[in-house]
Amino acid sequence: MKKILIVITGILFFTVSTQAQRYITKSGNITFFSDGPLEKIEAVNNKVNAALDSQNGMFVFKVLMKSFVFEKALMQEHFNENYVESDKYPVASFKGKVINISDINFKKPGDYQAKVTGQLTIHGKTHPVKTTGTFTVNDKGIKGKSQFNIKLIDYNIEIPSIVSGKIAEEILITVNIDLKPLKQ
Amino acid sequence: MIKGLITIAAIFLLTLQTTMAQDDLMNLFDDQSATEYASATFKSTNVVIGQSVKVPAKGTMLLNIQHHFGPVNSGFYDFFGFDQAVTRLGLRYGITDWLAIGIGRTTQNKTWDGSLKVKLLRQSSGARVMPVTITYFGLMGVISLKNPENNRYVNFANRLSYVNQLIIARKFSSALSLQVIPSYIHWNLTETKADPNDILSLGAAGRIKLSNRISFNFEYHYVLTQKIAENYNNSLSLGIDIETGGHVFQLFLTNSAAITEQYFIPYTDGDWLKGDIHIGFNIIRTFTIVKPKEFAKY
Repeated sequence: MKKILIVITGILFFTVSTQAQRYITKSGNITFFSDGPLEKIEAVNNKVNAALDSQNGMFVFKVLMKSFVFEKALMQEHFNENYVESDKYPVASFKGKVINISDINFKKPGDYQAKVTGQLTIHGKTHPVKTTGTFTVNDKGIKGKSQFNIKLIDYNIEIPSIVSGKIAEEILITVNIDLKPLKQ
Repeated sequence: MIKGLITIAAIFLLTLQTTMAQDDLMNLFDDQSATEYASATFKSTNVVIGQSVKVPAKGTMLLNIQHHFGPVNSGFYDFFGFDQAVTRLGLRYGITDWLAIGIGRTTQNKTWDGSLKVKLLRQSSGARVMPVTITYFGLMGVISLKNPENNRYVNFANRLSYVNQLIIARKFSSALSLQVIPSYIHWNLTETKADPNDILSLGAAGRIKLSNRISFNFEYHYVLTQKIAENYNNSLSLGIDIETGGHVFQLFLTNSAAITEQYFIPYTDGDWLKGDIHIGFNIIRTFTIVKPKEFAKY
């Protein structure tokens, strides 16, 4: 019993005591791209929220769906109204971790490979995501870059039968963020 | 036993710690300063036959092909109105997200129209709360018929008519949007001396979404001022919106033969109860003329 208490206290103490260094951005960039026979769909979001804890590797994103800008205003309206239902599910989020955080030296400028796993929630559906990217550490902060594919079906995003086969069911996501140290 | 407990407790705490640490990071983004604007209150710039609160997005042009067939109760000889149709071709362009200009031509009296749509207020929630979206709609019609024997159109001013509307709309939920439409219509020269030149009306319109791509729409205009003649009725239209990618198809039934407001608000003579109604459709196609700045490089 005593041992349990010691372990619990230890973990709690550890949680509190590690005053983490955090990096944050509110103007990250996410683009998505899908190339189907009928429509090439591309959208840009320049208002992406992202934060990284360099101590424990916790890595999160919060994205407002309505902030995606499309080449055609009508596509944007359809995206929000018919596909991702932004009134019901306004936010997409990612809660994950850089699993090789100890390989990255945040004090030494350079390029580092980052392995990221976590849970991506879009359209109210959560699905695990695993990807790799690069962190470029410089004296001002960290630049992060990654690319990965998601399947619409994993997030219950329906393609109407009238255009099925004409719109790609897999979407390429490109993430570009410029994280700056959070002032305490 | 104790070892097991320790392991379970440790795993539980570590998981909890991960979640807590992630939520902690997420909380950094919580701010109440964001304002969210209602979008797509109506699918199209028309509710059924008249204007909705919607102004086309910046850089987009809408081509609107409008058709009102003849009265359904004209019977088989006229193929239920198919033989007599009033049609209009219209173009509308969004200069900014709140200002659009339009031009159109209707077969009735060979009338040209120029119009303006200005979004004055946007419905929003969050930091800035605004319960309704308000759009001003103004239209000027020009009859381009040749000057008849009686010299009716000897002055250009005699050919002109005007519509002013304040469209007040609220998107109550993604399924339900409603709007009220006070209108002021002016004709420089009316058909007879007894007809009023100025007409005031109050309209109500709305949509109920049946699915993401199909909605049921209605529109009614009640004329507040003196009726022009006994046989004129208030305009009532019921329709369905079907949206397919770049097009919106609107299929409807209406007791108004006319297409633009200065005609259909005061001069609707059809009677729903007698089957004196018209089948009609609008086909609205959207073209992107100027891409948003994020895509300007292409």
